[in-house]
Amino acid sequence: MRAKRKQRLLIVLGLVGLAAIAVGLTLYALRANINLFFSPVQIAQGEAPIERQIRAGGMVKVGTVERDPTSLDIAFTVTDYVGDLEVYYSGILPDLFREGQGVVVVGELQADGRFRADQVLARHDENYMPPEVAQALEEAGYSPADFQTQRGQSDAADE
Amino acid sequence: MWAFIQKLRSPKWFYAIGGKCQPWFWAAALGLIALGSVWGLAFAPADYQQGNSFRIIYVHVPTAFLAQSIFVSMAACGLAFMVWKIKLADMAASVMAPIGALMTFVALYSGAVWGVPTWGTWWIWDARLTSMLILLFLYIGVIALRRAFASLEGGARAASVLAMVGVINIPIIKYSVDWWYTLHQPASFTITGRAAMPMAMWAPLLVMVVGFYCFFIALTLTRTRSEILRREGGKRWVRELVEEGADGL
Repeated sequence: MRAKRKQRLLIVLGLVGLAAIAVGLTLYALRANINLFFSPVQIAQGEAPIERQIRAGGMVKVGTVERDPTSLDIAFTVTDYVGDLEVYYSGILPDLFREGQGVVVVGELQADGRFRADQVLARHDENYMPPEVAQALEEAGYSPADFQTQRGQSDAADE
Repeated sequence: MWAFIQKLRSPKWFYAIGGKCQPWFWAAALGLIALGSVWGLAFAPADYQQGNSFRIIYVHVPTAFLAQSIFVSMAACGLAFMVWKIKLADMAASVMAPIGALMTFVALYSGAVWGVPTWGTWWIWDARLTSMLILLFLYIGVIALRRAFASLEGGARAASVLAMVGVINIPIIKYSVDWWYTLHQPASFTITGRAAMPMAMWAPLLVMVVGFYCFFIALTLTRTRSEILRREGGKRWVRELVEEGADGL
């Protein structure tokens, strides 16, 4: 009876193990396709196809947002602190769009290396804080965005 | 330890103990969820970027936690049923599946409602959202597979196997935001480790998470006790219980 139980346990564990290996290999094979977006440095290295719908993501570089005062046209640079990508877009932006904020842009990479976005999505990080805390940080000479990018970089360093 | 496992084989023992525990879990669940809702929705500070839409976190995070925890519990019950032939484990697994499916749906729905104002879209096929949708399909699959068999035993075995294999999806959901680029941000709420939010925001979230877990335990106890009566209806101890008119019936 005991041996039978052990056998059943081994069968179950074997089944789950095999399924895990199969799923793991599939995800490993598809790893490039599961990433939601290309980073600017990947685009700079020519990993992204030109004139096909792709997504690119990164931070909106501070001081690069240029709005056309007479239309909804906007141009900005997306950066991952290694590479830069110039993006132009015409349309309504999500509320969270601002300089220093993470974005994912959906559109086509042009032959001249600029990115024509059809949709701009805001990314936000995992940190939340009340307005008073954010204000106190600013008064102390930090912006919440600095605080978060620093934290993000130190996290990346931990890994 | 062994004696405890032996006791778990007895639905009669579980019926009695479950009956004693369930009022406490129900009271804790209702109390904590009421406290957490009022605290989180009315008194916790709003986020400096998102404003009040941040408060969706108080529903989104607890339901997403439970969606994953319930699947793991269901798989553990499946293992106990398949290897040690504990029927009670299968009864518990069968009542957990719809609760888990509901939690997954609420997590996806609240996430979509939250996504519109913050991200600018209610759905995107990123790794976190997609793996969570697969979890919902797995729950529906487990429920449907159990019903697809004419015999109780056959349905129980098939559902257990699917739950155990499906548990592979859980680490994928958890680490999707770290392994791949996603629109969804990494986890904000951890029991240990660095806090990504100040205490005034974190404390009501903790209350909600604990409250939702109590709700799950309470609902599982209540539903498992009904399931015991349904399956063991012909047994002598159940008939005696009915004749005595004992409490809980």
